[in-house]
Amino acid sequence: MTLAVVTPYTVPAGLMDVLQAVLLVLVALGATAVVLTRAPVRQVIVLSVYGLLLALLFLVFQAPDVSLSELAVGAIVLPLLLLLGLAKVRSREK
Amino acid sequence: MTPRVRRWVFLAGMAGLAAFYLWGLHGLPGFGRYPGPYGDVINRIAVSQTNATGVVSAVNFEYRGFDTLGEEFILFAAATGVATVLRRLRGEREGSAEDEAAGRDLPPTSDAVRQVALILTGPALVIGWYLASHAQTSPSGGFQGGVVLATAFMLIYLAGQFLAFERFSPADVTDAVEAVGAGGFAAIGLAGVAMGLSFLTNFLGLGTIPGAVSSSGTIALISFFVGMEVAAAFVLIVSEMLDQALLLRAAGPGGRSR
Repeated sequence: MTLAVVTPYTVPAGLMDVLQAVLLVLVALGATAVVLTRAPVRQVIVLSVYGLLLALLFLVFQAPDVSLSELAVGAIVLPLLLLLGLAKVRSREK
Repeated sequence: MTPRVRRWVFLAGMAGLAAFYLWGLHGLPGFGRYPGPYGDVINRIAVSQTNATGVVSAVNFEYRGFDTLGEEFILFAAATGVATVLRRLRGEREGSAEDEAAGRDLPPTSDAVRQVALILTGPALVIGWYLASHAQTSPSGGFQGGVVLATAFMLIYLAGQFLAFERFSPADVTDAVEAVGAGGFAAIGLAGVAMGLSFLTNFLGLGTIPGAVSSSGTIALISFFVGMEVAAAFVLIVSEMLDQALLLRAAGPGGRSR
């Protein structure tokens, strides 16, 4: 059963499978990298990259609207809030 | 608890989790095989029923609009909570002279960061506005558009213009926009009730051309209000956090103080 709409821009199904598999692996690696990074500021940057990977994953799984949200929230807003929190903690430590 | 005992407790917990996880995976449908009827039904009828070619938006703001209303108020409550909690902290610290003495000079923003942020601000505003106002035609919607709009304000801060950030998003205006956005969604729902229809009934004209910007009735309108609410909520949360993080820096000798 196929529900896909074929347009001039449709990516071949085989290529799509490869893209999905590659991104699943990259997301697994990215999540591991976030956990294994110990320095907080560096961890926030890695988390931002992980948010970008998740956005790409949602895109190749045909959820462009979720991808847009993840791009803005996961890659930009969440890391920014965490960085601001870290800045606050550090200024209090001094 | 000794490390040895701790390790065994951990392994026992992991074994239990793995067992339940595998058990849970057992009955799932295969990868990419959608079993339920609802998605297929929506795919077939959504465009002809709502004239919205952005079917995800039609689902979010029409078929399950009531859920989305609840989700929107989660964000509203979160922003209100952040504003409330951080305001009290600000008052507490104002009395402490020791903290103010810890203020230091702002590190200069690099020219590269400043340039890129300034270049991206305009496009972010346009894209955010486009996304929030085209939920009915393409994969987008108020939430996505609102967040992108909010990042435009954060770019102004990144360009090293904290005071400009505050000038562009003064708290009173942000609060008002957030309230209008959240209230507008509920008001559209109640307007239907006032006309004797169900809550959140799509009472506006659907237009004649599916996928036209003017089509889809209340779907486009609700998306726009959600965009306002989300943009304002994110700007509010970030500016509250910025206030907290930057206050000590700004309150150095000759600096800004509150």
